[in-house]
Amino acid sequence: MRNVTLGMGLVLALATTPAVATVDLRSDAKQQVEFGIQVAQRGLWREAAYRWQRAVEIDPSYAAAWNNLAIAHEHSGDFAGAREAYERALEIEPNNTTIQQNFDLFREINERTSR
Amino acid sequence: MSARVASLATVLLGLAACAGPYQEVSIETPLQPKLDVSSFNRILIAGFVAGGSQDVDANIETARLLRSQLRNRSDLQVIETDALALADLVMEDGLGDGFGDAVPLTEPTAITEEQQLEAYERVFADIGFWRQLGEEHQDPLIVTGTVLFVPHSREGFVTQEQESYDSFGRRRVVPTRAYRERTGYVLSPKFIFIDGRTGATLYTESHREEILYEAEQNTPALSSYFELMDRLLPTFLSALSTQTIRGTRVLLR
Repeated sequence: MRNVTLGMGLVLALATTPAVATVDLRSDAKQQVEFGIQVAQRGLWREAAYRWQRAVEIDPSYAAAWNNLAIAHEHSGDFAGAREAYERALEIEPNNTTIQQNFDLFREINERTSR
Repeated sequence: MSARVASLATVLLGLAACAGPYQEVSIETPLQPKLDVSSFNRILIAGFVAGGSQDVDANIETARLLRSQLRNRSDLQVIETDALALADLVMEDGLGDGFGDAVPLTEPTAITEEQQLEAYERVFADIGFWRQLGEEHQDPLIVTGTVLFVPHSREGFVTQEQESYDSFGRRRVVPTRAYRERTGYVLSPKFIFIDGRTGATLYTESHREEILYEAEQNTPALSSYFELMDRLLPTFLSALSTQTIRGTRVLLR
């Protein structure tokens, strides 16, 4: 009976591990994103870019982190990096109008430079 | 140390929970120059072959405007000299003869179309002329080109918003279609950047901007000209120096 209980506990633990891991990853990535926002508001864009880069490394499915990273790339003049990050964000959340608006504004500038 | 980081992260996450998912932020996007001007110390706005409206001397005004912009927004020293009357030099002195096709030239005062200006473009291929001009001014980067500024009109239906009040005094705005005659101008400059040391063309860029007003508005030609130039100046300047574009974006949590 004790073995059965232990076995069931083990199965339950294994079954919930990926979900817990995902939640932890997102939580870690959120911390990076939030820190990035705080420092970007103080004009520390390099640090912000580093934090958002870390966030997408921790959780590559986090669209907000990709969006913010794209903005940091724009701010540094890295247009290729910005485009790639916006595209990743929109791949994850194609119906996110905020990301789409940011991307549209970026494209307007990008087209102006390549005219 | 790790305890401090953890507590800071906790505070930040607490703030995030209160702050909402959006955060508007101002950004300044640097635009890298299209042209490497590092080997030049000086810039000469030589003058333009201009045509179109007789109310504005597009050659003089363009040279004056570009000089004043470059003085404030470029590291190059702007050479102060009168703009050349290039069209007259081509027409009367045969400048550019033997370069490009020998297309018949329209009198400068009668130019109203881009094709008529194109016939003058042979002058920009006259390497010897530009090299000599460069020597006279200590090998600057030379800016020249063509400018067409012509009146323009368009008529047709446009959608407008009409304001009305009902019997209860409530305001309503209704879109209506109305036939309108509008007049304005088209500005089509072509900027040519020439190396004053060799006379060779380094870079060329063309623009076209148009503005229309209600027929009764009667806007002076010169203010239309400045309004149109204002739109394309950032692009012109971005050929020579790093420009920044200010904007806002929305950060997400």
